[in-house]
Amino acid sequence: MTSQGSRKAVVFFEVEILDAKTKDKLCFLDKVRPLHKYYPQWYAARQSIRLDPKGKSLKDEDVLQHLPVGTTATFYFRDLGAQISWVTVFLTEYGGPLLLYLMFYFRVPFIYAPKYDFTTSKHWVVHLACMCHSFHYLKRLLETLFVHRFSHGTMPLRNIFKNCTYYWGFAAWMAYYINHPLYTPPTIYGEQQVRIALIIFLFCQVGNFSIHIALRNLRPPGSKTRKIPYPTKNPFTWIFLLVSCPNYTYELGSWFGFTLMTQCLPVAFFTAVGFIQMTVWAKGKHRSYLKEFRDYPPLRSPILPFVL
Amino acid sequence: MWYTGIHVVSAKWGSVMSAPAMGTTKTAHSDVAPKKKRGPGALATAYLVIYNVVMTAGWLVIAVGLVRAYLVRGSYHGLYFSIEKPLKFFQTGALLEILHCAVGIVPSSVVLTGFQVLSRVFLTWAVTHSVREVQSEDSVLLFVSAWTITEIIRYSFYTFSLLNHLPYLIKWARYTFFLVLYPMGVTGELLTIYAALPYVQKTGLYSVTLPNKYNFSFDYYTFLILTMVSYIPLFPQLYFHMMRQRKKVLAHVEEYKTE
Repeated sequence: MTSQGSRKAVVFFEVEILDAKTKDKLCFLDKVRPLHKYYPQWYAARQSIRLDPKGKSLKDEDVLQHLPVGTTATFYFRDLGAQISWVTVFLTEYGGPLLLYLMFYFRVPFIYAPKYDFTTSKHWVVHLACMCHSFHYLKRLLETLFVHRFSHGTMPLRNIFKNCTYYWGFAAWMAYYINHPLYTPPTIYGEQQVRIALIIFLFCQVGNFSIHIALRNLRPPGSKTRKIPYPTKNPFTWIFLLVSCPNYTYELGSWFGFTLMTQCLPVAFFTAVGFIQMTVWAKGKHRSYLKEFRDYPPLRSPILPFVL
Repeated sequence: MWYTGIHVVSAKWGSVMSAPAMGTTKTAHSDVAPKKKRGPGALATAYLVIYNVVMTAGWLVIAVGLVRAYLVRGSYHGLYFSIEKPLKFFQTGALLEILHCAVGIVPSSVVLTGFQVLSRVFLTWAVTHSVREVQSEDSVLLFVSAWTITEIIRYSFYTFSLLNHLPYLIKWARYTFFLVLYPMGVTGELLTIYAALPYVQKTGLYSVTLPNKYNFSFDYYTFLILTMVSYIPLFPQLYFHMMRQRKKVLAHVEEYKTE
């Protein structure tokens, strides 16, 4: 929150900050000074300041003058707990699957029976799957570093444990079966199935990347503005006509392709769980788009055109 | 954080949230003060009363069945067979409670309720029913009786709460009996799963091995062992949570009584 001086009259604000749970007075500011000067353990990312103890957090950009307060402003503080940056979380949660899968692919000791240590699979689809999986997570890592623009710098620390368990756990589970000495390559439609699956996978990887670039370009560097995304010259973004969160649509498509390619039930489970989670996120995002923009295109669905 | 205690989800009757993997427990939290935030409408209340009455009756049938069978046979061995059908019917019927939460007529967490009901259903069908050899074990009687007493009290508790006429005795029973019934039920459940292990391993029940065309494997034997292990972190948490609830609920009433 910032406080601007007015040019005409000088308006003095006194600010008191109370703990939202206990209503204890934490500090009283007659000059605007950062809260964490009084309580250094509550660095800025941990602070949630609000006008009502049960209300929403004020944003960094909110200006004191423009808030509905009198000359003594009472704010409520909540400690959000230890925070960790989104970038750190993403790098960790994506780095794990990348490395873990490769360990299974190279049949590092103690995973499979000793006679298979450091052997390679005789099925070409297994090599293909490793390349696709690795490419996917490498792409995610690079996007985290160079493409995404995050609106919140941080998330609660406990998320990293939750997220890593999910990503690392599933990656290990899938990789175990795909790289298993007793792995059975797709039998239903054989080579044809793998080829089609690969096309779907690559198509969706490019699509997903295109959406990420389009979303990045919506937002100038360092800003946190939100705008309605629209199709660009890139045909992969034309899906914006029908869907609010095509990045999730393409992501689902990629994993669907990977499931088809490997014909592996754990991969199907992972795809299904991811689909459920992404649908929840897409619906939320779609709802906030509708709330924020009155002219939001009505034809769009959250994640699946016309369906969901 | 704002809220004290992550387990407390909603403060009302109808919450089925006690022991996830433990069959016995009674349900927790809730009923400290009936703050009706998003209570059910009149139709839903009528339905819930009927549901809870039917369930109370069902478990009473099981209780009576156990007692009668004991009196007829003269021993408490092998009583499972005399109540097998109503047990399966009414315990499986509890799946409806997940639906109640999902639809919103009962303000409990779908996840927590689901977890508890599914663990009971798991024990009923995937262990006791599936592994014939354990059906004559005494451990089955142990958890069945614990469940029976618990459920009779729990469902009558809900019935009375819905009708706004909750006798203190029922409330007291719900928050006191668990002290014995919970460990009793857990013991019965664990012993039963343990008894099932050798048969599961021998027959490869519910297990899938490689190679197969879906590239998947599942070892039910290991799964059962992991289930047993999961009781270690879960049981104490839930038990102590219930104890805390007990203090809160019964102390609260004490205050009123002294006024």
